[in-house]
Amino acid sequence: MTLSHFTAALVFAFFASIVFGITQRNEQREMVKYGAKCFVFFVIGTIAAGWAMWLLRH
Amino acid sequence: MARDKTDVAESTTPKSAVKAQPQPITLMSVVAPAVGWLIPGGGHLIQKRWGRGLLLMLSVVAMFVLGVLMQGKVYAFNTGDILDILGFVGDLGAGGLYIVARALDIGRGAIDLATADYGTKYIIVSGLLNIISAVDAHDIAIGKKK
Repeated sequence: MTLSHFTAALVFAFFASIVFGITQRNEQREMVKYGAKCFVFFVIGTIAAGWAMWLLRH
Repeated sequence: MARDKTDVAESTTPKSAVKAQPQPITLMSVVAPAVGWLIPGGGHLIQKRWGRGLLLMLSVVAMFVLGVLMQGKVYAFNTGDILDILGFVGDLGAGGLYIVARALDIGRGAIDLATADYGTKYIIVSGLLNIISAVDAHDIAIGKKK
Protein backbone atom coordinates (compact mmCIF):
# COMPACT_ATOMS: atom_id res chain seq x y z
CA MET A 1 0.00 0.00 0.00
CA THR A 2 1.40 3.35 -1.01
CA LEU A 3 0.07 6.72 0.12
CA SER A 4 1.40 10.11 -0.87
CA HIS A 5 3.16 12.02 1.87
CA PHE A 6 0.28 14.47 2.21
CA THR A 7 -2.39 11.76 2.27
CA ALA A 8 -0.43 9.83 4.88
CA ALA A 9 -0.19 12.97 7.01
CA LEU A 10 -3.93 13.64 6.63
CA VAL A 11 -4.91 10.10 7.62
CA PHE A 12 -2.53 10.30 10.57
CA ALA A 13 -4.05 13.63 11.63
CA PHE A 14 -7.59 12.27 11.32
CA PHE A 15 -7.13 9.28 13.61
CA ALA A 16 -4.86 11.05 16.09
CA SER A 17 -7.40 13.89 16.38
CA ILE A 18 -10.20 11.45 17.18
CA VAL A 19 -8.19 9.98 20.07
CA PHE A 20 -7.09 13.39 21.32
CA GLY A 21 -10.66 14.70 21.21
CA ILE A 22 -12.10 11.76 23.15
CA THR A 23 -9.36 11.53 25.76
CA GLN A 24 -8.60 15.18 26.45
CA ARG A 25 -12.11 16.55 27.00
CA ASN A 26 -15.05 15.61 29.22
CA GLU A 27 -18.16 16.73 27.35
CA GLN A 28 -19.17 15.30 24.01
CA ARG A 29 -19.50 18.70 22.38
CA GLU A 30 -16.08 19.71 23.68
CA MET A 31 -14.61 16.46 22.39
CA VAL A 32 -15.83 17.19 18.86
CA LYS A 33 -14.58 20.77 19.01
CA TYR A 34 -11.17 19.80 20.37
CA GLY A 35 -10.80 16.96 17.86
CA ALA A 36 -11.64 19.28 14.98
CA LYS A 37 -9.22 21.88 16.32
CA CYS A 38 -6.43 19.30 16.56
CA PHE A 39 -7.11 18.16 13.01
CA VAL A 40 -6.95 21.71 11.68
CA PHE A 41 -3.69 22.36 13.53
CA PHE A 42 -2.22 19.11 12.20
CA VAL A 43 -3.12 20.07 8.63
CA ILE A 44 -1.87 23.64 8.98
CA GLY A 45 1.34 22.32 10.56
CA THR A 46 1.82 19.86 7.71
CA ILE A 47 1.38 22.52 5.05
CA ALA A 48 3.63 24.96 6.93
CA ALA A 49 6.33 22.30 7.34
CA GLY A 50 6.05 21.47 3.64
CA TRP A 51 6.56 25.07 2.64
CA ALA A 52 9.41 25.47 5.13
CA MET A 53 11.19 22.48 3.60
CA TRP A 54 10.56 23.85 0.10
CA LEU A 55 12.10 27.19 1.14
CA LEU A 56 15.12 25.46 2.67
CA ARG A 57 15.68 23.52 -0.53
CA HIS A 58 15.44 26.57 -2.81
CA MET B 1 -23.10 40.92 48.54
CA ALA B 2 -23.27 37.50 50.12
CA ARG B 3 -22.26 36.06 46.79
CA ASP B 4 -19.19 38.31 46.71
CA LYS B 5 -18.14 37.04 50.10
CA THR B 6 -18.49 33.47 48.88
CA ASP B 7 -16.36 34.25 45.84
CA VAL B 8 -13.67 35.78 48.04
CA ALA B 9 -13.79 32.79 50.36
CA GLU B 10 -13.40 30.43 47.42
CA SER B 11 -10.57 32.39 45.88
CA THR B 12 -8.61 32.52 49.12
CA THR B 13 -8.93 28.80 49.84
CA PRO B 14 -5.44 27.30 49.72
CA LYS B 15 -4.95 25.11 46.68
CA SER B 16 -3.74 22.28 48.89
CA ALA B 17 -7.14 22.28 50.64
CA VAL B 18 -9.04 21.73 47.39
CA LYS B 19 -6.61 19.14 46.11
CA ALA B 20 -8.37 16.02 44.82
CA GLN B 21 -8.73 13.28 47.36
CA PRO B 22 -6.85 10.05 46.61
CA GLN B 23 -9.12 7.69 44.75
CA PRO B 24 -9.76 4.22 46.16
CA ILE B 25 -8.42 1.36 44.11
CA THR B 26 -11.33 -0.56 42.68
CA LEU B 27 -11.37 -3.65 40.52
CA MET B 28 -12.50 -1.60 37.53
CA SER B 29 -9.68 0.93 37.99
CA VAL B 30 -7.21 -1.92 37.43
CA VAL B 31 -9.13 -3.98 34.88
CA ALA B 32 -10.21 -1.10 32.61
CA PRO B 33 -6.71 0.15 31.68
CA ALA B 34 -5.44 -3.43 31.35
CA VAL B 35 -8.26 -4.38 28.99
CA GLY B 36 -7.88 -1.04 27.22
CA TRP B 37 -4.22 -1.79 26.59
CA LEU B 38 -4.85 -5.34 25.42
CA ILE B 39 -7.86 -4.47 23.23
CA PRO B 40 -7.86 -0.89 21.94
CA GLY B 41 -11.03 0.82 23.18
CA GLY B 42 -11.85 -2.18 25.37
CA GLY B 43 -11.40 -0.20 28.58
CA HIS B 44 -14.19 2.12 27.51
CA LEU B 45 -16.40 -0.65 26.19
CA ILE B 46 -16.42 -2.57 29.49
CA GLN B 47 -17.54 0.65 31.17
CA LYS B 48 -20.38 0.98 28.66
CA ARG B 49 -18.88 3.97 26.83
CA TRP B 50 -19.83 2.35 23.55
CA GLY B 51 -19.39 5.27 21.18
CA ARG B 52 -16.07 6.38 22.58
CA GLY B 53 -14.79 2.81 22.82
CA LEU B 54 -15.64 2.00 19.22
CA LEU B 55 -14.13 5.23 17.93
CA LEU B 56 -10.92 4.63 19.88
CA MET B 57 -10.81 1.05 18.64
CA LEU B 58 -11.35 2.17 15.06
CA SER B 59 -8.63 4.82 15.27
CA VAL B 60 -5.95 2.69 16.93
CA VAL B 61 -6.63 -0.45 14.89
CA ALA B 62 -6.85 1.50 11.63
CA MET B 63 -3.53 3.22 12.28
CA PHE B 64 -1.83 -0.05 13.19
CA VAL B 65 -3.22 -1.91 10.17
CA LEU B 66 -2.42 0.94 7.79
CA GLY B 67 1.10 1.03 9.20
CA VAL B 68 1.53 -2.69 8.53
CA LEU B 69 0.04 -2.34 5.04
CA MET B 70 2.53 0.44 4.33
CA GLN B 71 5.23 -2.09 5.18
CA GLY B 72 6.14 -0.39 8.41
CA LYS B 73 8.51 -2.05 10.83
CA VAL B 74 7.29 -3.73 14.02
CA TYR B 75 10.10 -3.47 16.55
CA ALA B 76 11.14 -6.42 18.67
CA PHE B 77 12.66 -6.11 22.14
CA ASN B 78 16.17 -4.76 21.76
CA THR B 79 18.94 -3.09 23.72
CA GLY B 80 20.65 -1.37 20.83
CA ASP B 81 20.03 2.08 19.43
CA ILE B 82 17.93 4.38 21.64
CA LEU B 83 15.48 5.05 18.79
CA ASP B 84 14.99 1.31 18.31
CA ILE B 85 14.32 0.92 22.03
CA LEU B 86 11.79 3.77 21.96
CA GLY B 87 10.25 2.25 18.83
CA PHE B 88 9.74 -0.99 20.73
CA VAL B 89 8.17 0.85 23.68
CA GLY B 90 5.79 2.68 21.34
CA ASP B 91 4.86 -0.50 19.48
CA LEU B 92 4.27 -2.36 22.73
CA GLY B 93 1.60 0.19 23.62
CA ALA B 94 -0.64 -1.32 20.95
CA GLY B 95 -1.11 -4.32 23.27
CA GLY B 96 -2.93 -7.17 21.61
CA LEU B 97 -2.26 -5.83 18.13
CA TYR B 98 1.47 -5.90 18.81
CA ILE B 99 1.32 -9.41 20.25
CA VAL B 100 -0.62 -10.66 17.21
CA ALA B 101 1.74 -8.89 14.79
CA ARG B 102 4.77 -10.43 16.45
CA ALA B 103 3.16 -13.86 16.61
CA LEU B 104 2.34 -13.72 12.89
CA ASP B 105 5.81 -12.39 12.12
CA ILE B 106 4.37 -9.26 10.51
CA GLY B 107 6.41 -6.12 9.89
CA ARG B 108 9.87 -7.62 9.89
CA GLY B 109 10.66 -7.24 6.21
CA ALA B 110 13.31 -4.92 4.83
CA ILE B 111 11.99 -1.42 4.23
CA ASP B 112 12.09 -0.80 0.49
CA LEU B 113 9.49 1.95 0.10
CA ALA B 114 9.79 5.62 0.98
CA THR B 115 6.37 5.53 2.65
CA ALA B 116 7.32 2.48 4.72
CA ASP B 117 8.84 4.92 7.17
CA TYR B 118 5.38 6.44 7.54
CA GLY B 119 4.10 2.95 8.25
CA THR B 120 6.64 2.52 11.03
CA LYS B 121 5.53 5.81 12.58
CA TYR B 122 1.86 4.86 12.21
CA ILE B 123 2.49 1.67 14.19
CA ILE B 124 4.42 3.46 16.94
CA VAL B 125 1.83 6.23 17.25
CA SER B 126 -1.06 3.77 17.33
CA GLY B 127 0.64 2.22 20.37
CA LEU B 128 1.10 5.60 22.03
CA LEU B 129 -2.51 6.58 21.33
CA ASN B 130 -3.62 3.27 22.81
CA ILE B 131 -1.76 4.08 26.02
CA ILE B 132 -3.56 7.46 26.19
CA SER B 133 -6.85 5.59 25.70
CA ALA B 134 -6.03 3.14 28.48
CA VAL B 135 -5.20 6.01 30.85
CA ASP B 136 -8.50 7.64 29.89
CA ALA B 137 -10.32 4.38 30.71
CA HIS B 138 -8.62 4.45 34.12
CA ASP B 139 -9.76 8.05 34.67
CA ILE B 140 -13.34 7.02 33.91
CA ALA B 141 -13.07 4.05 36.26
CA ILE B 142 -11.95 6.19 39.21
CA GLY B 143 -14.60 8.81 38.51
CA LYS B 144 -12.17 11.52 37.47
CA LYS B 145 -13.94 11.70 34.13
CA LYS B 146 -17.52 11.03 33.10
